[in-house]
Amino acid sequence: MKVHEYQAKVLLREFGVAVPTGDVADTPAQAKEIAARLGGKIVVKAQIHAGGRGKGGGIKLADDPAGAEAAAKQILGMMLKTPQTPPEGVKVRKVLVEEASAIGRELYLSITLDRARSTHVVMASQAGGIDIENVAASTPEKIIREWTHPALGLADFQARHVAFGLGLAGDQFKQGVALIKALWALYLAKDCSLVEINPLVVTKDGLVFALDAKLDVDDNALFRHKELVELRDIHEEDPLDVEASRYGLNYIKLDGNVGCMVNGAGLAMATMDIVKLAGGAPANFLDVGGGASPAQIENAFRILSSDPGVKAVFINVFGGILRVDRLAEGVIAAVKKLGLKLPVVLRAEGTNVELGKKMLAESGLALTMADDMGDGARKAVAFAKRGQP
Amino acid sequence: MSILVGKSTRVVVQGITGKEGAFHAARCKEYGTRVVGGVTPGKGGTTHDGFPVWNTVEEAVKKEGADCALIFVPPPAAADAIMEAAGAGVPLVVCITEGIPVTDMVRAKQFVMGTKSRLIGPNCPGLITPDEAKIGIMPGHIHKRGDVGVVSRSGTLTYEVVGQLTGRGIGQSSCVGIGGDPVNGTTFIDVLALFNADPETRAIMMIGEIGGTAEEEAAAFIKANVKKPVIAFICGQTAPPGRRMGHAGAIIAGGKGTAAEKMKALEAAGAILVKSPADMGATVATVIGPSLTRSV
Repeated sequence: MKVHEYQAKVLLREFGVAVPTGDVADTPAQAKEIAARLGGKIVVKAQIHAGGRGKGGGIKLADDPAGAEAAAKQILGMMLKTPQTPPEGVKVRKVLVEEASAIGRELYLSITLDRARSTHVVMASQAGGIDIENVAASTPEKIIREWTHPALGLADFQARHVAFGLGLAGDQFKQGVALIKALWALYLAKDCSLVEINPLVVTKDGLVFALDAKLDVDDNALFRHKELVELRDIHEEDPLDVEASRYGLNYIKLDGNVGCMVNGAGLAMATMDIVKLAGGAPANFLDVGGGASPAQIENAFRILSSDPGVKAVFINVFGGILRVDRLAEGVIAAVKKLGLKLPVVLRAEGTNVELGKKMLAESGLALTMADDMGDGARKAVAFAKRGQP
Repeated sequence: MSILVGKSTRVVVQGITGKEGAFHAARCKEYGTRVVGGVTPGKGGTTHDGFPVWNTVEEAVKKEGADCALIFVPPPAAADAIMEAAGAGVPLVVCITEGIPVTDMVRAKQFVMGTKSRLIGPNCPGLITPDEAKIGIMPGHIHKRGDVGVVSRSGTLTYEVVGQLTGRGIGQSSCVGIGGDPVNGTTFIDVLALFNADPETRAIMMIGEIGGTAEEEAAAFIKANVKKPVIAFICGQTAPPGRRMGHAGAIIAGGKGTAAEKMKALEAAGAILVKSPADMGATVATVIGPSLTRSV
């Protein structure tokens, strides 16, 4: 789960990571009020999950409260387009109003999981503020890495290595070490999958702090962080994805025309692949899981077919645990309730498969049976192209 | 032969009094697996569906000589269950549970590495040696004893390939699901090494997916060590970057972990790549020729 910069900074502050003073605003008037409270030069930052906001006009400087109000007026409500947003952009609903700082140096600092080593890694670089992936690719020696001990965490000497590696000295070194340790404490305590400070800045008057902050939380750990669940912003997600998550379905909307309903993540990805190989495009990723109830199947079917792009549906299930008769029950209920006319191709193997196929055959649905997943994909793609069963 | 599990494997099911644990303990037993009982802390001394229940894994080891733990414990306590099994000296620990927090798995893996136990999973279907032992949630009836080793990060996609193989009369020596999480126990490399050394296994079918670098590491290992044909399929060729495709580990992050990169690495290592998931069984058939295992 991703959170906004302003939410991340509240967490950073709570754990003792230095961040600029500021507050979040929903309206230009609020932005003006915050700017008046802060005094001095102000920066107004669009709060969307995607990065690259500055280039898209989502970050503006202001000299005074009136300027901050004007900047907020421009940014709030805009469809902000960055390389990381969908082509139409993302609507800005909140701005972060902060004191602007006289930046001396821009550094990079992050913590994430290193899968290859099965532990967390602190990464830092003196080349901050820009695309760190390019730095890592072209000049890997410029990236400092310290792997935390799986049980003991980040040792003090490791925090010192990182701070020295960042070229910090004297009082800035002390500030840097404290900041790195605090960031690790936050990462661990809140089950983050990523915290990224880019840039970490040293100001002209010698302060070290997190100018920007990106924070992702491990979805699997949300059960023990009710306070973080509240930070979810459903506006940042596709409405169909949000609805699917309400029913415990694993759904991701894509741009194709063949709706896919599959059990298991691997088979669901393979089904998307085979639809593409058959000359079509998958409209979604959908894993209904192994123990889906008829009600869940019904909701899944409703959600995937409510995507206007879907012209045909390909159901591909290899049941171990999933019973094909229960799948059929859910599909029939959904089609009847919704009055759907979409062509449906079914490929099913598993428990009670004959009963399930019989139920579907007798349901009056526009249903085509497939012998295997290749056959199913070809048939579904053909229907999607023709638009008729 | 075969790898890791067989007729003599004695299985204790952790979380046996839960819905999933009880259901699958019974299915495993039906298949012929020696399920000696289960563990649910606080319910020791009782029986559940005819299985004896203990409070600790240690009791199951002492009383019944359990040498394999099969875990169905819910996510908040699953990493602890893994450590309990490893701490009790169980040589093979298989964790089916999906949704364990990464920080828990980082610690649990470290703990297991300090013992002599091998962990398979989590978030996996388990493993099976056809006609001998089914230790997991896979449908047993689709398997057939034979000479193709199967190793996979996915569950249902493994059933798909097994279905294709069995449908062509090609049997399997063992099938191992290593799981879809970013931090797991046994890796592709571990299983490839076991299959490579197993006299019964003639060819290896490997199913990878997007995310991480496990397939690239496996490719390097194949190139250097594996003498048997490896047939590989990577799912997620059409997955968009930045979106987690169901498995916690299946995500293309920072442009890394794409299917294309993995396929390239495996092909360069001498593996035979399968482009379409519909052709996995057919490709294996082409590679191994008229199967020695074709039933008569």
